[in-house]
Amino acid sequence: MPTLAPAPQTSSMSSEAAPVAAPPAGLEIIAPAREKSAAPAWFLEKSAAAWSNFQSLPVPGLKDEAWRYSNAKKIALSTYQPTAAANEHIEAEAVAASEGLAETAARFVFVNDRLVVAETARLPAGVICLPFEEALQSQAALLQQHFMQREMTLGSAKFAALHLAHVRAGLVILVPKGIAIEQPIEVFHWIAAEHAAIFPHTLIVTEDNADVTVVDHYRTWKAETGLSLAVADLVAGKGSRIRYIACQELGEKAQAMHLSSTVTARDAQVKNFQVQLGAEFSRSESVSDLLGEGSHSDMLSVALPTGDQIVDQRTLQNHKAPHATSDLLYKNALYGKSRSIFSGLITVDKEAHFTDAYQTCRNLLNSDEAEATSLPGLEINADQVKCSHGATSGPISDEELFYLKARGITDGESRKLIVEGFLADALAKLGNGPIADMVVSRIHEKLIQAV
Amino acid sequence: MSLEIKDLHAQIPGREILKGLNLTINPGEVHAIMGPNGSGKSTLSKVLCGHSDYEVTSGEVLLDGQNILDMAVDARSRAGLFLAFQYPHEIPGVSNANFLRASLKARLPKGEDIDAVKFYKQLYSRMDALEMDRSFTSRSVNEGFSGGEKKRNEILQLMMLEPKYAILDETDSGLDIDALKIVSRGVNAMRSENRGFLVITHYQRLLNYIQPDIVHVLKDGRIVKTGGKELSLELEEKGYDWVHEEPLAAAA
Repeated sequence: MPTLAPAPQTSSMSSEAAPVAAPPAGLEIIAPAREKSAAPAWFLEKSAAAWSNFQSLPVPGLKDEAWRYSNAKKIALSTYQPTAAANEHIEAEAVAASEGLAETAARFVFVNDRLVVAETARLPAGVICLPFEEALQSQAALLQQHFMQREMTLGSAKFAALHLAHVRAGLVILVPKGIAIEQPIEVFHWIAAEHAAIFPHTLIVTEDNADVTVVDHYRTWKAETGLSLAVADLVAGKGSRIRYIACQELGEKAQAMHLSSTVTARDAQVKNFQVQLGAEFSRSESVSDLLGEGSHSDMLSVALPTGDQIVDQRTLQNHKAPHATSDLLYKNALYGKSRSIFSGLITVDKEAHFTDAYQTCRNLLNSDEAEATSLPGLEINADQVKCSHGATSGPISDEELFYLKARGITDGESRKLIVEGFLADALAKLGNGPIADMVVSRIHEKLIQAV
Repeated sequence: MSLEIKDLHAQIPGREILKGLNLTINPGEVHAIMGPNGSGKSTLSKVLCGHSDYEVTSGEVLLDGQNILDMAVDARSRAGLFLAFQYPHEIPGVSNANFLRASLKARLPKGEDIDAVKFYKQLYSRMDALEMDRSFTSRSVNEGFSGGEKKRNEILQLMMLEPKYAILDETDSGLDIDALKIVSRGVNAMRSENRGFLVITHYQRLLNYIQPDIVHVLKDGRIVKTGGKELSLELEEKGYDWVHEEPLAAAA
């Protein structure tokens, strides 16, 4: 029973037409505070420019194609403030709660955008893996070349500018030629105060044939509200491999944005896996620019919205070189009155012959009141390409359910099995191992609450 | 102790399909139900399991004395009823092993889990008996299975769940002779004095391999004739048309 493009919700229409605008507040007017000593002049300049850029750019309206069926006003900037450091007690609690992978090459914990834990002893020699503020001092060339160099084309230029204006946390990673880091680098970003905004950044650059896996966790500690405005730049050099997992588990009243940009050089392979479990409003934007011949980009996502949660996903697979391949698989299992919006585009440039590009979004509706909207798109300007896109939405099949129940499995367990099965092909792309186990267990935890 | 079907009436909206069906299956017995298309054979199997497409309007079904018609689908299964589906459903992404584990776990008290080592030992020996490759444990339930593989998978579930009463709904349909032999061997291995079978089939062929104790003819929602296994041969030879000509049958 595919459902396509229902009319925008009346509730969002009315909030658009709110008659009396409150005076600007919170992030709308609080300028980023940067100490001159904390950053080099070039960055202060860039950051200041971003701040004025943010102020001059309008909040995208409902008529903005990139925000269709969504609403940028869901990001209630006026209610948030840049974070102050949490007290030591809260920091210690958040660190203790930062349970993720058993084995890592490096591990970082940021609480309210302040670095609290940095373990780097297990990294191979030559790898640069620095907290953002430290990289500002020592890695100017790397940052100037790769930090937020791609245009934000999927609708969130204003929010990207805000990120640039405030960014102080996150990692800058450079894996030199030929180095493979076997264990993942794991980062926790905690919001640990009400109405706090964090701006985590992840820059990953791999040189020729390098190999790295990075996991970002976004969570809230003892706070219900909060905004995480994260940006990830993934720059894969020739023949290199990047696996990137963003696992968003913010509190139920928080809001999340994750803007990622992937660039692949010749024969590079990048996997960008988005897990959206938390936040009342969670938007991910993922762009893959396939610049190198024979390169490959996997764009994957699993979301499990419940209650009134909204998951908003925008993607672009941008093929600019021949023989490159991209594969997008987004899976949403919706509960309650939740909504998902997927809007994806594949573009194939004139010279990008022998492109293979696939885009699939599937939505499983576990409630009559849940609503999924899919807007797939293709723009092909080359010959000899293989492209496909597909989107489906539907409830759990009664016959599947009957079959499981006829084996004695309860209704709840049967539904859970079917949802886990529904998500399985996306999760299988994580391979077998601790990362897949970790993601599956986070999803399982949410699933137990959802059913 | 028996599976007793008493004056069972069931309908889909606007059409009665079972019109007063009576049947008693005792443990240790294998009953076969034969009948023409549309006689209500598959409806009977689904009604017994509690499929929501059918409404029971009167009658009762007692499983060892307990009326199961008020029970949910899953509870009937746990009470000891099993249906080998005519068209087994595909469950994408759920492995056969996980599915079977969940089915067995559902029979344990809350919080208890099955012994994985014992489970796989049992699973593998039963798969061997059905000549099923080990890879079927990790494959998604019935997804991409051939018709014969699906039927074998049904019998594997029968062997793992060890029900008190098993209904086989046209298990022979779509099977070649080799698969039919393997499936029948599996069923025969499960025959026991503690277990009753109801074998629903359109063709007599299956009954050469799974020999019934009692054969019933279902026509227009009622059992119109009951006999020994020789009855199935007679039906094969003469077809179903002659059955209603026996005046006593309808009253039986």
